[in-house]
Amino acid sequence: MKFQRKLLAAAVMALSAGAVHAQISGNVIKIGVLNDQSSLYADLGGQGSVNAVKLAIEDFKAKEKGLTVEVIFADHQNKPDVGSQIARKWIDSEGVDMIIDTPNSGVALAVSEVVREKGKVFINSGAASSDLTGPKCTPNTVHWTYDTWMLANGTGNAIVKTGGDSWFFLTADYAFGHALERDTEAVVLKSGGKVVGKVRHPLNTQDFSSFLLQAQASKAKIIGLANAGGDTINSIKQASEFGIVKGGQNLAGLLVFLTDVHGLGLDKAQGLILTSTYYWDLNDQTRAFNKRFAAVNGGKYSTMVHAGVYAGTTHYLKAIAALKSDDGTKVVAKMKEMPTDDPLFGKGTIRADGRKIHPAYLMEVKKPSESKGPYDYYKVRATIPAEQAFRPLADGNCPLVAKK
Amino acid sequence: MTEIFGVPTQALFGQLLIGLINGSFYALLSLGLAVIFGLLNIINFSHGAQYMMGAFAAYFLLNKLGLNYWWALVLAPLTVGASGMLVERLMLSRLYKLDHLYGLLLTFGLALIIQGIFRHEFGSAGLPYSMPEQLTGGMNLGFMFLPKYRGWVIVASLAVCVATWFVIERTKLGAYLRAATENPTIVQAFGVNVPRMITLTYGFGVGLAGLAGVMAAPIYQVNPLMGADTIIVVFAVVVIGGMGSIMGAIVTGFGLGLVEGLTKVFYPEASNTVIFVIMALVLMVRPQGLFGSR
Repeated sequence: MKFQRKLLAAAVMALSAGAVHAQISGNVIKIGVLNDQSSLYADLGGQGSVNAVKLAIEDFKAKEKGLTVEVIFADHQNKPDVGSQIARKWIDSEGVDMIIDTPNSGVALAVSEVVREKGKVFINSGAASSDLTGPKCTPNTVHWTYDTWMLANGTGNAIVKTGGDSWFFLTADYAFGHALERDTEAVVLKSGGKVVGKVRHPLNTQDFSSFLLQAQASKAKIIGLANAGGDTINSIKQASEFGIVKGGQNLAGLLVFLTDVHGLGLDKAQGLILTSTYYWDLNDQTRAFNKRFAAVNGGKYSTMVHAGVYAGTTHYLKAIAALKSDDGTKVVAKMKEMPTDDPLFGKGTIRADGRKIHPAYLMEVKKPSESKGPYDYYKVRATIPAEQAFRPLADGNCPLVAKK
Repeated sequence: MTEIFGVPTQALFGQLLIGLINGSFYALLSLGLAVIFGLLNIINFSHGAQYMMGAFAAYFLLNKLGLNYWWALVLAPLTVGASGMLVERLMLSRLYKLDHLYGLLLTFGLALIIQGIFRHEFGSAGLPYSMPEQLTGGMNLGFMFLPKYRGWVIVASLAVCVATWFVIERTKLGAYLRAATENPTIVQAFGVNVPRMITLTYGFGVGLAGLAGVMAAPIYQVNPLMGADTIIVVFAVVVIGGMGSIMGAIVTGFGLGLVEGLTKVFYPEASNTVIFVIMALVLMVRPQGLFGSR
């Protein structure tokens, strides 16, 4: 009788354990890092993002909590069709529960739609378009690290305030560039400045001299670079060649990553103003994370995209542990309900439109003489508090918010 | 100020000059390709990777050995050319009996491997390379500010192009080379070491790519992907000019630089497709290319 009771208890326990497991599809939480692994955005995300996910899983102690987490990755080649195909394949036949990173706003917007349709989770760190939490927001997407509105509000505002009131835009000709140009233009006009011209260049352009010449001829005080990665590096490098800054015009790198400054070298990048939500040398916690990150990332330091991937994965796993389910739509709802807390971005929240809220920092690139060594590149000029750093909820035209 | 289609003529001159500068890179790269195809019948898809290696060689000469740009201009093409000769001796020479396609596949595979290794080692953001001091700054031409370095690129590239054309089309050595392409057996019977000549020619073509890489290093980022981005355009240039035609490669290189430059003014969004549109048109009207004979 006693034995039977024990058996029964064991059976119930086994069943209940099974019940928890049954909520996790395939008993495995599968995370897919979908980003640029080989081209101009590979340094700011790339394998680094895969490493960041692995660190997050390690720190979450997933195994001790009885969760099996797997990571896979793929190269979307900066093509929206390739990206959404991979996302479909991953979800339909490989059991992927969450897709993360995905720089290139064009690809991100396409993948966001696929993930919504399949009811999974999309945590974006690498893409910039504020449309992801605006008109194109979905109940399955969280936009973690930064966006075009935040960049425009940070860098754009700071520059207009110091007298840069006439602008010429050099814009990457796809969703990201268009969004960044639009959001910055709005800030410039609102602050009483004017936009005297713009030119749109194809993604991944080698030679900017022709565009720079047009910018030079426009006589604008500020040449706003609404591009990223290799495009920004080449624009800045060639602008110095054509004596643009010496001629009295200034460059505004609207989206500049740590890896870009590294590639340019401080003598070309010094004095650039930029906005970032993470820098490895912000505090003890970021320094500790970066040390571990660099150790597994071939000595290359972490960008804000890597940080967002780490923090996003952490919060995602926390939500799953609390919910005991990996049902995509429910997990995202849980992620929005739970306050976030991680070593890299501190305490924060995720809004109804999917926007993660945290402070942003206005940075200035150091002079070569101020830098103590590799990657010692930024000094913080100002901190933009979390509630001012991102677009107000009501202004985004996100259908999820409008319905309320 | 007078205007053409709403663009001031002065600005237009500036853009034409810029086009010419970009054209000099196209010319230099397509020249190497044309030499290799015209004389050896190899479609050298690793040309872009070899161009990139030239830029990296310049970077390492400066940062590891302290040798400046002018040294790099000599040493980098030699190094890259030597690596090309090694490839020709060890691998390409085994494929001459087979269809062209195998050479293409081999060089394409090599390009992917080389680029992958460099990307793994150095990342995709690239490395900085400073301009030689003598060529920093620029001059005001009245209609535009011309950086000295860009002026140098046009002059140097034109000189190299003309010299190469002269050697191949107008000297005895060139005559041997051309004869060896037509009929290797007879040329060999006259006591010319044809395999060695082929190796040297391939090395020379590859060296030209390395030279273009050194010249590009101060302007563009020294980037593992710089060749992959450029090589497709350069192949289009060679096809438009006529596969294997030296003069064709030079003239089309500069010409398409101009066309691309103008597109950047009038319709910038199409600036990276215009060359392929022209290629399609040329192939429809004159499949052998503008200067091709076969």
